[in-house]
Amino acid sequence: MKILIAIKQAIALDEDFEIRADGRDIEEDFFLPDLNEWDEYSLEEAMLIKERHADTPVEVVCVTIAPDSADEALRKCLAKGADRAIRVWDESMEGSDPVAIARALAAVAKKEAPDLFFAGVQSSDHAHGATGIAVAGFLGWAHSAVVARLDYTPGAKEVALKRELEGGLSQELRLPCPAVLTIQLGINKPRYASLRGMKLAAAKPIETLAPGDIGLATNDCGESGSLARVRRMYVPEKQRAQILAGDVAAQAKALAAIIREATGS
Amino acid sequence: MSSILVIAEHRRGELRPVSLELVAAANELRAAGEQVVVGLIGKNAHAFVAAVSKEGVDEIATVTAPVEDFDPDVSEEAVRALIAQYSPSLVLIPHSVDSYGYVAVLAAKDQLGLATDVYKIAREEGGWVATRGGYGQKVAVELDFPGRSCVCLAVRSGSYKPNEAAASPTVTAVDVPALQARSTPLDYIEVSAGGDVDITTVPFIMSVGRGLGDEANLPRFKELAEQVGATLCCSRPIADSGWLPKSRQVGQSGKTASACKLYIAMGISGAIQHLAGMKHVETIIAVNTDPQASIFNVAKYGIVGDIFEVADALEQEFS
Repeated sequence: MKILIAIKQAIALDEDFEIRADGRDIEEDFFLPDLNEWDEYSLEEAMLIKERHADTPVEVVCVTIAPDSADEALRKCLAKGADRAIRVWDESMEGSDPVAIARALAAVAKKEAPDLFFAGVQSSDHAHGATGIAVAGFLGWAHSAVVARLDYTPGAKEVALKRELEGGLSQELRLPCPAVLTIQLGINKPRYASLRGMKLAAAKPIETLAPGDIGLATNDCGESGSLARVRRMYVPEKQRAQILAGDVAAQAKALAAIIREATGS
Repeated sequence: MSSILVIAEHRRGELRPVSLELVAAANELRAAGEQVVVGLIGKNAHAFVAAVSKEGVDEIATVTAPVEDFDPDVSEEAVRALIAQYSPSLVLIPHSVDSYGYVAVLAAKDQLGLATDVYKIAREEGGWVATRGGYGQKVAVELDFPGRSCVCLAVRSGSYKPNEAAASPTVTAVDVPALQARSTPLDYIEVSAGGDVDITTVPFIMSVGRGLGDEANLPRFKELAEQVGATLCCSRPIADSGWLPKSRQVGQSGKTASACKLYIAMGISGAIQHLAGMKHVETIIAVNTDPQASIFNVAKYGIVGDIFEVADALEQEFS
């Protein structure tokens, strides 16, 4: 039994970041990369299935579509117990939108033939919420988004899950396997990598593939394989809060006055 | 004739309000002579006809689904059929948990233009241009869709003011024979049922977020909230950690602070999902160490500083 997990090295921006010269992205110097927060939860969910069903061998495989700067994110997953890590990239993939990334993820899934495919609901940087579910489109598999609880026994023909809706509402449902599920924050409590895990991870190989190795043509990748193109990025004019001046005592005094006025106390 | 297609969304027998915001968006974006068509998909799709019969809608297209509840395969197939019927250049869909489940599948399979969580739409000579947030909403990202004759946009709720004026559009039943659900829906669950407070009714909220750092820091904020007369609430990470019950989580997946007039956000960066539950509040005061935090975009007053120091000083003011 195998679970394939989409991994992304998500980007936070450093203070005072600058727009790239072509106006279509941010200068890489200001990137602060880290494993996407949602992916911590999808990896943990796979690890829990592996550990709870020790009688059935479960292989947990992580895959990312990114240049080698994302190896760090894959190492983190290996350190937490993933069995294998795969990275697909070449320059033709530059400019890929979520659907171009999903096409590549699906191509890896066809090769790996997992029983379940997990992805985070969204990434903490661009938050499209599209990549994982688009994989289901390319595979033709059953799918469900924003999964907040999962019951699955390796080899079962169905998964039972809870989908988190808006406004404090959830819905339980069953879905046939194989399935693509996007995993929500809070479904579990992600573990930290142990020192031993980190040592083991450092010795594990990252399998690197080019698009051609998974049957993708050049026009499947990058901008030509995408459904949208970034035309421009800019810092929007925003209304900003009035910042309360002075030292912390003065700020607290002002804050207290606002509270008293609003509450009439 | 060219058209703009709006997909209305409903759940448990009620139209979701964002549907009428999309009607307004379509009406605003339409070119002269362009039709606005609202697609209603459901076992009893007709039940929502009156609710979407608003000014600016030319036609309502109903698709009868085999299941009561949302199913991604049914929605995908139904929207595909509506696109085939009306050849819209633009399809507007609410950016919601339901649409998360099928819009990307539809767009990927049919190679339609796609952008999600869009808050601004423009029509230019070269086609549709959509604006969304990027890098944790720190930048605006403009997208275009070269070579796509049909573009699907999942639109963030609250981006357009809803159309409320009633009208009498044509109603057409569109027959889609191949609709089949793969999911088996079971029960709905109210996550916050049995919670100790109903945060939709309280007037004054003090909310703690990731900046709290450790569960051990929670009691002092409980005391401070009590001291100033606020109800203690939180953002998602605090509820996910189990430090406060889910019923106290403000945001999209939690509850909306509907009756709140004064909101103090302590150590909350302001993820879009949190803002959805509180940005309407009249007086928001945010305390955060990061001067760039998005919470300062919705707050009226801000303190750039340490929540523990501010908490200590505020306690002095109220003792």
